[in-house]
Amino acid sequence: MNNVLRVENVCKNYGSFTALNNVSISVPKGSIFGLLGPNGAGKTSLIRIINQITLPDSGTVYLDDEILQPHHIQHIGYLPEERGLYKSMKVGEQALYLAQLKGMSKDEAKKKLKYWFEKFEITHWWDKKIQELSKGMAQKVQFIVTVMHSPKLLIFDEPFSGFDPINANLIKDEILNLRNEGASIIFSTHRMESVEEMCDYIALINKSNKILDGKLKDIKQQFKTNQFEVGLLSANKEMLLNQINEQFSVENSKTTSFNDDLRLLFSLKNGETSKDLIEFLNNKAQITHFTEVIPSVNDIFLKSVASNS
Amino acid sequence: MDKLKLIIKREFLAKVKNKSFIVMTVLSPLMVVALFSLIIFLNEKNAEEIRTIAFVDESQQFADAFEDSDGVKYINLTSLGIVEAREKTKEFYYGLLVIPKSDSLSELSNNITFFSNDTPSLTVLSSVESKLENKIRNLKIAQLQIDVDKIKSIETKVTIDAENFSGEKSSKIGSVLRMFAGGGFGYLIFMFIIIYGTSVMRSVIEEKTSRIIEVIISSVKPFQLMMGKIIGNAMAGILQFIIWMVIGGILLFAITLYFGVGDVSSSSAQMAPEMVQQMQNSGNNDLQLVLLEIKNLPILTMFFSFIIYFLGGYLIYSSIYAAIGAAVDSETDTQQFMMPVLMPLVIAIYVGFSVIENPHGPIALAFSLFPLTSPIVMLMRIPFGVPWWQLITSIFLLIITFIGMVWFAAKIYRVGILMYGKKPSYKEIYKWLKY
Repeated sequence: MNNVLRVENVCKNYGSFTALNNVSISVPKGSIFGLLGPNGAGKTSLIRIINQITLPDSGTVYLDDEILQPHHIQHIGYLPEERGLYKSMKVGEQALYLAQLKGMSKDEAKKKLKYWFEKFEITHWWDKKIQELSKGMAQKVQFIVTVMHSPKLLIFDEPFSGFDPINANLIKDEILNLRNEGASIIFSTHRMESVEEMCDYIALINKSNKILDGKLKDIKQQFKTNQFEVGLLSANKEMLLNQINEQFSVENSKTTSFNDDLRLLFSLKNGETSKDLIEFLNNKAQITHFTEVIPSVNDIFLKSVASNS
Repeated sequence: MDKLKLIIKREFLAKVKNKSFIVMTVLSPLMVVALFSLIIFLNEKNAEEIRTIAFVDESQQFADAFEDSDGVKYINLTSLGIVEAREKTKEFYYGLLVIPKSDSLSELSNNITFFSNDTPSLTVLSSVESKLENKIRNLKIAQLQIDVDKIKSIETKVTIDAENFSGEKSSKIGSVLRMFAGGGFGYLIFMFIIIYGTSVMRSVIEEKTSRIIEVIISSVKPFQLMMGKIIGNAMAGILQFIIWMVIGGILLFAITLYFGVGDVSSSSAQMAPEMVQQMQNSGNNDLQLVLLEIKNLPILTMFFSFIIYFLGGYLIYSSIYAAIGAAVDSETDTQQFMMPVLMPLVIAIYVGFSVIENPHGPIALAFSLFPLTSPIVMLMRIPFGVPWWQLITSIFLLIITFIGMVWFAAKIYRVGILMYGKKPSYKEIYKWLKY
């Protein structure tokens, strides 16, 4: 099958509070799957269920088409949002311990750690205590601890928090690398630009319900409003505007132009195509800019959450 | 199972490698021994000091009453008269005893005065008093014209030879020894439960505050983590206990040899003064008897019951401590939950010290069966011999309770470790039990 993870009709209640209401998602193999939602929507509850930290009240989770079992723990790597390490334990000792808890043998773990420590150029940290490291440094160790057992499914909850832009970039590249090597990644964040950049699939959870999911491209397609941003150069702008207003519904674009052209936002009606628009405009002015307006993940997020509430 | 072992190992090492553990382990027996030797040393020093007491005997009857003894010398200044004697005593001597002239011996006995620069030591005073009493008594006997030898012949000293029905001798020394052994072991369990219970709690809180908890329980079950922590700490505790016993044993042995004091069977710090006296009085003379009594103690039963009751009591309390640690965010929040936990332990200690007076009474029985107090109270009773049915019932109750308590604590722990930033109430915790 093509899905590394399937969550089917999962419900979870804490007392009278419903954390997850009949949520289903599928994470395709080798993809980066963005799990989005406002604070308190139920993302962490879902992630904890996938990690078998808590059990769902009803519903089933499959990993590689097997019902989730305790031994699957070694195939999952989890970087929680609330994360940390033993402060008074040495980096190497600690990493070895956590690797062994994930089911690796000691030798295997040593080899892997050596590889990662060299990759991140931090071998000299091995005998340092975590409390001697800066927060960013500790985060690097934490990242290694998450990925060192080469899990098929990686879950990152706000992976970039605590990193400076350089290190955030390094981590981003590593995440993409891991994906290219065949790992599947669930990625939960509030940084929409990294979702935009990295995710192949997204799911949006709001108030315990999944309100949207699918391929990011398809979703964007679905949220397209058939709007086009156009730049026009013309000697007589007023006349041009009048002519346009007769034919199309149009408003001023928010983007400012560097040359003195007219920036307009066209909302096409059903049946109208971009071809019609270009033909119409081409006769009347010089087209300096023509682009279809694609909604950003941020827009989609805001719009979906607002319409759901 | 392997993971549990890993956790136990880590918790054990984290505890044992801790500086305060090393310091505590090495220093405690040294300190106890140092304190003990200091007391002995000061006692000996005290005994070496010789005090001179002057006396003015206006009644002319007491000149031969005062023999030098116990580091006290007597000097007769009757010839100088009171005024001069006072001056002289002020300058040179420890004190001045003035025995006035009197016709009636009864009247005289109430009019003797002791002058001194400092408040006189009680032992010196009582030794002087007993000398005077003796003399006055003899004088009275002479006055009444009774034959002194006859009086002496009716003085009797009774020593009861206590023996139980199976023929084992028990003696007063034996009872004292049992009080020591029982009290010491009970107190030790009390200390260990609190120290290691708190240590489990701290370790849980540390995992919560350092936020590593979620990383770990994505690899292991919360129950495994909790049990690993509890067992790892218990092992550190047992290690510390063994080290203390070994170091303490060696040092105490060396000290006793050095000072030539009789056998000292307990390193317990809280000795009642009369016990010490009794120990020393008897110890010096009856070293062999003491050794015999030690041999008579049910040592094997004591050893195994110490292990069983330590583990049982510790498991009950440390799982409660673990649950408290999981429920709170920082150590300052633990206060409201600590009181009810400490209560039964403190009660057990109080009851325990009355139990060693009356080891087979109804209070002793009740508290040594009740599982929250039995580890301490039963341990205190064991040296006196406890019927098997009581021991078995008590252990059975202990095991049932600890299974129940671990189950109960695990439920709170499981939920609590993932709760941040909330200061839970009892009501909230009760809700967690149902998640």
